[in-house]
Amino acid sequence: MDLTIPENTGRNKIHPQKFAVWIACGSILMIFASLTSAYVVRQAAGNWLEFTLPDIFKASTVVIVLSSVALHGSFLAFKSGKESLYKSLLLTTFILAILFFVFQYQGWVALAESGVPFALNPSGDFVYVISWFHAAHVLGGLAVLAVALIHAFSLSFKVTPKRKLRLEMSLTYWHFVDLLWVYLFFFLTFYR
Amino acid sequence: MANATTIVQDHEAKLIEELGFEDHFHEHEHGDKFKSNFITKYVFSQDHKIIARQFLITGMIWALIGAGMSIIFRLQLGFPEESLSWLRPLLGKWIEINPDSGIGTLAPEFYYALVTMHGTIIVFFVLTAGLSGTFSNLLIPLQLGARDMASPLLNMFSYWFFFLASVVMFYSLFLSTGPFSGGWVAYPPLSALPQASDGSGTGMTLWILSLVFFVMSVGLGGINYITTILNLRTKGMSMWRMPLTIWAFFLTAILALLSFPVLVSGFLLLMFDRGMGTSFYLSEIFIGGQALDHVGGSPILYQHLFWFLGHPEVYIIILPAMGLTSEVLAVHCRKPIFGYKAMVFSILAIGFLSFIVWAHHMFMAGVNPFISNFFVIFTLIIAVPSAVKVFNWITTIYKSNLRYNAASMFAVGFVSMFISGGLTGIFLGNSAIDIQMHDTYFVVAHFHIVMGVAAFFGMFAGVYHWYPKMFGRYMNDTMGKLHFWGTLIGAYAIFWPMHYLGMAGVPRRYYRFDNFDTFSHFSEMNQFITIAAIITFGFQVLMFINFFYSIWKGKKVTSKNPWGATTIEWTTPIVPGHGNWPGKIPSVQRWAYDYGKNGEEFISQIEPMREGETEEH
Repeated sequence: MDLTIPENTGRNKIHPQKFAVWIACGSILMIFASLTSAYVVRQAAGNWLEFTLPDIFKASTVVIVLSSVALHGSFLAFKSGKESLYKSLLLTTFILAILFFVFQYQGWVALAESGVPFALNPSGDFVYVISWFHAAHVLGGLAVLAVALIHAFSLSFKVTPKRKLRLEMSLTYWHFVDLLWVYLFFFLTFYR
Repeated sequence: MANATTIVQDHEAKLIEELGFEDHFHEHEHGDKFKSNFITKYVFSQDHKIIARQFLITGMIWALIGAGMSIIFRLQLGFPEESLSWLRPLLGKWIEINPDSGIGTLAPEFYYALVTMHGTIIVFFVLTAGLSGTFSNLLIPLQLGARDMASPLLNMFSYWFFFLASVVMFYSLFLSTGPFSGGWVAYPPLSALPQASDGSGTGMTLWILSLVFFVMSVGLGGINYITTILNLRTKGMSMWRMPLTIWAFFLTAILALLSFPVLVSGFLLLMFDRGMGTSFYLSEIFIGGQALDHVGGSPILYQHLFWFLGHPEVYIIILPAMGLTSEVLAVHCRKPIFGYKAMVFSILAIGFLSFIVWAHHMFMAGVNPFISNFFVIFTLIIAVPSAVKVFNWITTIYKSNLRYNAASMFAVGFVSMFISGGLTGIFLGNSAIDIQMHDTYFVVAHFHIVMGVAAFFGMFAGVYHWYPKMFGRYMNDTMGKLHFWGTLIGAYAIFWPMHYLGMAGVPRRYYRFDNFDTFSHFSEMNQFITIAAIITFGFQVLMFINFFYSIWKGKKVTSKNPWGATTIEWTTPIVPGHGNWPGKIPSVQRWAYDYGKNGEEFISQIEPMREGETEEH
């Protein structure tokens, strides 16, 4: 990709690009930390509609956690050279990721139907805005997964450090959006 | 003399060859995309040195626009009765000509647009992108001994997102409804309701779009800076051997990556309020007798989110200037920087404290006075690491053989400005005194001196000092000194009187004062400030001419290390190619400030420790 990175000098404990992904995740985390802080501050100010989150969000939480597990399995399979397991688990991850979107969409519909439409009260709007913005970041993750999928099925199977790095970076980001949702889910469920 | 230079350079080349670090970089020359054509070399470049110059020149153009705007609104404030019809070719319909008298006046709504754009442009485009964008890019790889940034591709995107942000913002200046005019802080409801004012419509939409692109630029840049600093230092370059410039850029990038995302959250909710009918920030508002649907929002919430970025932002601006000043002072004083570790720890302390003082911008906005106490205390504590740094700069200058050139004079000027502006910060940090001072010219004077002029001084010191590294030529030093004296005296002439205006209660952001009895006796002072501003602006034009003239016609640099500096950017060829060092990367043997040690004028960082010598810092 680029030549400026000393790839095999052995001086770095962690590959610089992998490190960069971690920093980017930290930065994205700040967006959601501030949104949930804004939620807490706004809630304390009163005029706050109370409602419970639709159950479908529980299903989407389970789905995205499973997708993370599948992707991790796929990465381990890649490292140990098990081609078919690697490909099938990667495909499973992708399908679960799409399923997550479907469930999130149904969750938004269910929330609106339960009497909390968008633009009614900040308490509901925070749920919409936070989960939408999270979904936007999952969409980025989906693009990353799509690239990983194309690699898996179009390139001949070979365990190289470069491909391992790429898969690992995708894995890191996917775990991040997964854990982020788990945090947001528990926050939005219990901080009512 | 030439002979002596050759001997030194041969010696350095030998050191790099013997002790340097072989990364097999030049064996991959065939894939070097930096040597291809004009477009990839100068436009869509991935070379950090080109990107640095792109940031600098874009920032300079913005500085001229932003400062030019201030001249226009200063004309309005200083000479409210004079006709501005001569500005009509430039400003068009924003100069309203009275058909009877023929007198041209600046449209009041455009006055607000000018003030807003002046703030936005100088804070974000000039002093964030133009300052840390330029010098982080130039110096991080060069001073740490890296071939380039960790990801040159993202680095290129960082510049082009900034460019995109610039284009959008520039375009918004030409809207028929004018650019955004609700102040650079974009408080709702003016920013949240498109119908609130002319500039709140399309102008605000483009403003917010531009700033989202800008945050992308800062984010991509910051990720790269941190990754490069932590991962791509050359052999021997431990954290405690890094020059203070790098420490400053490091903390700046961390602050940026932690605070700009919060601004994004603030903008996100703002966009929903603007376009989707939510009420995060809006509550019970009447416009033109009509009640709006928005109920239950809190404009203070936006202020919290904005200032959680906004306060670290002032350190994002000032820390690089501090780093540049420290380095330039040490080199030109021919002395080690006094208290290197204290400098590093104060940078860290300032970085930490900058996150817990944001509400001092909101003392009078309706926050709980008891909560204000907390912010007062931490605000005043920032004075401690700041004073440590000032003390160390002064002690570095004290009894030194200071070379009088434009770079070192601007570095000394930085210290002067930082003290003058910092002291008034202690006044404003007190919530009780703020009852009188808030929203007056005292605030304007304070922040212009401490983070506007001071940051510019740090930047100028950096530009004059590293110009030989950027362009292989010197800027004209006489013009540089003239620029210094003009700017130093000019800046004090502009902002010193503003303190008195502020103490008398003159409010900021007003269009004219001559129709208030209380303030009308300040009209001569306002005229004086305006004249000083115009003259000071003239000196910046001089710097501009010097800068561009010297790129092609300046005196050529003839030796690798023209300032006799210890840091390793001066061991590269005079005009470094892609990859910075032609052969091996030099390895670092000592800290960055061995000046005047054991009778030697300076000892380069690549020089091995002598027998029995110890590292002192």
